[in-house]
This record gives sequence, C-alpha cells and structure tokens, in this order.
Amino acid sequence: MHNPQLNKHGELQHLLTIEGLPRAVVTRILDTASSFVGVGDRDVKKVPLMRGKSVFNLFFENSTRTRTTFEIASKRLSADVINLNISASSASKGESLLDTIDNLAAMHADMFVVRHAQSGAPYLIAKHLIDTHQPHVHVVNAGDGRHAHPTQGLLDMYTIRHYKKDFSNLTVAVVGDILHSRVARSDIHGLTTLGVPEVRAIGPRTLLPTGLEQMGVRVFTDMNEGLKGVDVIIMLRLQNERMSGALLPSAQEYFKSYGLTPERLALAKPDAIVMHPGPMNRGVEIDSAVADGAQAVILPQVTFGIAVRMAVMSMLAGS
Amino acid sequence: MTMTDLDLDAEALYAQLEQQVKTGLAGTSRLAIVGIYSGGAWLAERLARSLGVTDTGNIDVSFYRDDYAQKGLHPDVRPSQINFDVNGATILLVDDVLYTGRTTRAAINTLFDYGRPAKIMLAALIDRGGRQLPVAADYVAKQINVADHELLILQKTDDGRLSLTVDHA
Repeated sequence: MHNPQLNKHGELQHLLTIEGLPRAVVTRILDTASSFVGVGDRDVKKVPLMRGKSVFNLFFENSTRTRTTFEIASKRLSADVINLNISASSASKGESLLDTIDNLAAMHADMFVVRHAQSGAPYLIAKHLIDTHQPHVHVVNAGDGRHAHPTQGLLDMYTIRHYKKDFSNLTVAVVGDILHSRVARSDIHGLTTLGVPEVRAIGPRTLLPTGLEQMGVRVFTDMNEGLKGVDVIIMLRLQNERMSGALLPSAQEYFKSYGLTPERLALAKPDAIVMHPGPMNRGVEIDSAVADGAQAVILPQVTFGIAVRMAVMSMLAGS
Repeated sequence: MTMTDLDLDAEALYAQLEQQVKTGLAGTSRLAIVGIYSGGAWLAERLARSLGVTDTGNIDVSFYRDDYAQKGLHPDVRPSQINFDVNGATILLVDDVLYTGRTTRAAINTLFDYGRPAKIMLAALIDRGGRQLPVAADYVAKQINVADHELLILQKTDDGRLSLTVDHA
C-alpha cells in the first residue's frame, strides 16, 4: 500500500511514524536539522521559511514540554502558532475530531501538530486530509497513545549521531517501561532503520511487550547483563500510574532493579552516553548522580529537539 | 553536458578576481570574507587565505530563498558558519556566478540575522547578466552572456583546482 506519509514524489507529506520511512528520508531530516542547530545561537533566532503559514497545536492530551518545543520551532520558522486546548473546547461539547479538523482547515490551517491519547488519531486526520483532497495541509504526530512519537525518536537519533558520528557499530539499550512507551517504539524503529546492529530492550517482564524479538531487539530482564558494553543508554520515564496497576511493586523496588546508578553505568562502555526523553523521575528510573553526570546528554536532547522539529516542519511545509 | 564556445578558464578568472579584491580592499579594517555555498565558499576560502583574512564564514541561503513555496526546502542544506562578530564588520560576500540577484538578496538577509554589518560588498567570478533585482557586484572577473536555459557550474577537483562548465537545464 502507498505510504500515506509520502507524496507521489517520495517527499514527506505527513510525519506519523518512523516505521516504514525510507532511510534516506530519515537521514535527510537529521541532515537538515544540523543546519537549524546554529540558528538558535544567532542574534536573530528566526528564519523566514514559514512566514505566513499557520500551525495549529492540537493537544488532546497534556504535554507542556512537547507543545512548547513545537511552538518554539514554529516561531523560529516564522510561522503563526495557534495553541488549542482541546479538552477545554469543542471536543468537550461533543464535536467529532474530523469536524474540528474541517473547521480549522476552513480557517486556512497549513499544519496540524497532534497529540492524542488514542493510537492512530493523527493517521485518521492525515487520511481525512488525503480523502478530502487537501494536500497543502500537513500533519505531524506529536505522540499518539502507545503507538509513536516520531519527533522524539528523530531527536534521539540526532543526539546519538551527534555524539557517536556513525550508527553502524553501536549497541543501544532502551531501558524501562517499553510496553507503554511510544518513545521506545519510535526509537527502536529509528535505530533499526539507520542500521544500528544491536538494539537491546531492558525491563521487567511485565513491562516488555511481546514481539520485540521480531523487531530485531535483544531482550534482557537483568539490567546488569543488558548494560554490558553498550554505547548508548536510553532511559524511559516510569509513569507513576503503572504502580497502581499492579505491574510493579513500588518505586523503591523498581529503582533497586532497574534504576540507572553510577555503578550500573560503569558496566557500559566508558564513553557511553545517557539519554532520557523527560520528564525524569529522579530516584525512580535514574539516580541524580547519573542524570547530572558527565555522560548525560539529556539537556542537549532538548536543544536538538527544536532543530529536528524545525527540520520536519520546514520539509513538510515545502513539499 | 556541452561546452559552448566560451573559453572559461576558472583559475585564470580567479587570479583576476583575487588581484581586484587585493587592490580594492587593501588596508580595510575589520574585513571579513563570507562565501555562499558551494562555489562561493571555495572562492572565499582561497581569497581569505591569500589576503590573510581570519574573519571568515560560509552561508547556505536555503532558509532565505524566495522560491521555497514553489520548490520546497533544498535537499542538501548545509549549516551556515560565521566565526566573527558581524556587528560593525565590513563583509565581502563571495559567489561564483551572479545572475538574477535573488541569491545575493537571500545572502544579505541571512547576514543581517547575525548582526548589523558596517558594509557588505559583493565579489563574483562571473556576472552573466539577467538581473531581476537591483543588485550589482563590486568585484567581478568577467562579464558574459549566457542563454537562459544554460547553467554555469563551478566545480572543484580533488587537488583543489577550479573549473567552469556549461550545462543545459
């Protein structure tokens, strides 16, 4: 089937997931992002590419950080940004998702940045725009349910390439609640697309989805085993609500088995980097000594995230 | 690729341009040299070395082009690099071929987002006419007429030598 993310010229039309994106497209996004990184250091931190375009941030689920970085990225591209707090607006009055989209498209929206608790919501919107012949309107998935968070995955790939230069000899471990994590899924697709030879998933059996091996991932339930010799450690946030769901005994127990401490970090390669998508739970999945340590690249991830989102949006708006 | 009857020796043209720039800019204080990717960057690097100028930079004008709405973002954008304080500097902008003037306009806009220069000048290896904006070069090695459908392309070999070819669009 035709990939709905690409137009007939093979250019990015919507960004819904990293899964199935050609490696050349992923690489081009990272290359383009590298040109945007320097824009943040200048007197004028804006370029005029998206002047006159309207970007609608549709956050059906709260996320201050992701919404803010998309807003900054849009503004640095000179677009007009409209933030819609959906939970407080028409959705609560019973308007359907696609009616909301049609109304905003009638206001001449050029791009929708969509965060939704339901997996597949951004697909539904993109398909609707294709079916109603509105190719000038683009969709960026800013996280849908457990499914995907492609810009987080891409900024993680950017960060890894920045520090490790090359993907072809790396061992990368993703640690924590992989079952509920759209970030983990996007990271795994990004890593395999870019040719990382060994991707590991580390976590308690109750938080590991089935089918990881089919994605080419090595699974570890013993963190000390899993961290041996890795180049990159991607920690995932442990969502507090998982404790109540009987999947885990307690935060303290979790930290004892899966918290990243300096002792555990020493099992990885000496130059290993530590990543985290934020927000961090210090003392739950990561020790403060590691989070603030020399090997952590958690704040550079945030900075690179803006450049990566600028790259994605400018490629979409120009397609 | 077809060569027209134009005899374009890029190395000889570069030598002329370098001589003009050396004469014209001798003694200029706070002089900086900035190349426009890709051909202009090669020329700027050589000019800076030859003039002993250490304030240098290269810019990619893709984020400032006026054809983004028609053509989208250029697939090979490179990071712009400016290693000096643009505020108050006298900047020699270097491009390989001056044509419509749109690239020059985009390059000037790019520079202004780094600061307010005292002065910007333009050097080009070739002025092929066909201007669509009120832009003129301060230093140019050769003025020629080239048909609209022909592209002049500056290339650099592995040993650093420059050559010019004419391609049919």
